[in-house]
Amino acid sequence: MKENIVIIGGGAAGLEAAYQLLTLGYTPIIIEKSGHLGGHLYDWNRLFPDMTPAKQVAKAMMERVKDANIFLNTEIISIDKKDDAYAIVLNNGISISCTAVLVTTGFQLFDAHKKEEYGYGIYDHVITNKDLEGWFNGNKDRRVDDKDGLKAVGFVHCVGSRDIKAGNSQCSKVCCITAIKQAIEMKEKYPDAEVYCFYMDLRMFGKKYEDFYINGQKDHGIHFIRGRVSEVSENIDGKVIVKAEDTLNGKPIKVTLDLLVLMAGIVCNSDTAKLASALKLPTDTDGFLKSKDNVLNIIESPKEGIFYAGACTGPKTVPETVAEARAAALAIHNHINSHKSWTSDSE
Amino acid sequence: MDFGFGIAPSSSINLDKVDLSLYRKVKEVEPDIERCMACGSCSATCPAAKFSGMSVRKVILGLQRGQQKEVRKMLSNCMLCGKCNMVCPRGINTRHLILSVCRYFDMKEEQK
Repeated sequence: MKENIVIIGGGAAGLEAAYQLLTLGYTPIIIEKSGHLGGHLYDWNRLFPDMTPAKQVAKAMMERVKDANIFLNTEIISIDKKDDAYAIVLNNGISISCTAVLVTTGFQLFDAHKKEEYGYGIYDHVITNKDLEGWFNGNKDRRVDDKDGLKAVGFVHCVGSRDIKAGNSQCSKVCCITAIKQAIEMKEKYPDAEVYCFYMDLRMFGKKYEDFYINGQKDHGIHFIRGRVSEVSENIDGKVIVKAEDTLNGKPIKVTLDLLVLMAGIVCNSDTAKLASALKLPTDTDGFLKSKDNVLNIIESPKEGIFYAGACTGPKTVPETVAEARAAALAIHNHINSHKSWTSDSE
Repeated sequence: MDFGFGIAPSSSINLDKVDLSLYRKVKEVEPDIERCMACGSCSATCPAAKFSGMSVRKVILGLQRGQQKEVRKMLSNCMLCGKCNMVCPRGINTRHLILSVCRYFDMKEEQK
């Protein structure tokens, strides 16, 4: 089939959609701005709920799209609607005319530097969820000082999410379970460490998430403190001091830690904004791309021929993203078929 | 006659009988009061909290549960420094809210 389909973004959504489109007989074109496929999976260590290695998932997804046209280190210079097609110009000089565009630009993590009161980039032992996954992956990180093991570790939920002043009032949805997953992983490495989770609400919505929560409490003795951290400081030994209110007890609480992990929230990928303005795609009130319909049609944009999958329309887990990518592939297939029958009728 | 024991007043809150008039009045001038999600940032950062039990979170909850006496006592310890204002993730103007509640208490005082 000679219809061109362009997939913008080679993360989990883009790879899964490309695989499904290949199976349907198309040869999709994947445009990826970075030098590798797999998106955030590339930076992660293990995935809930079964602790599957992220690299293994990424590898399996990449192997299935070998026959697609893949452009790495490539960005879109311009994208315009020309009659029934979209004309795309890439920064490598290539121009493509395509019948359908699938936006799989995903998310980016909130920049934790912006919440200065938490001391990321200021204090020696404050890292983010992504930094910790990198450390689990074997990356050296001098902020994780484990020469004598770690004795006290804290996790701050909702960093840059549910926070109007940080410009993101939305719940990032997956950080609750990620924090508990990482807290358990820390306890597995350092069973004698005291691990604290500072949360506002624990949203254990997904498959087996509640089991993580119970295991965290029962098998690992993780301390769950209901209170948002208000400020972080450093003592003379370079340890991190965290202050919050223990709201269930109604008392201010303070703890000294060897390591503080900030659960940076999910915001829409800033590159998506450029694309959205070029194509005049509306943004929803949550800052993510606005779908045609948030109940029945989350994978279609209001513009004909442009489709969405994954976290460009809001925070999502990997399985949710994969399911949407499959749905989007089918929607694109149907779009191309209806287009064909329409043109043959008119001839 | 003294039997050697007494009955403590019930500490339970009966929502059927609770007086929410003050909360409703405050809500009219401070609609943001309904945005509170009880995260405790205000109390954690409050320099008076440790010593006096002052807590904007508890003030708001107290108003919503009709505990006017407790609210009044807490507010008397506020130094109006405004730190709570800076940390509130829901952007509530807590300092303004505190002043508004105090104003109602003053008005009640004058009526007496």
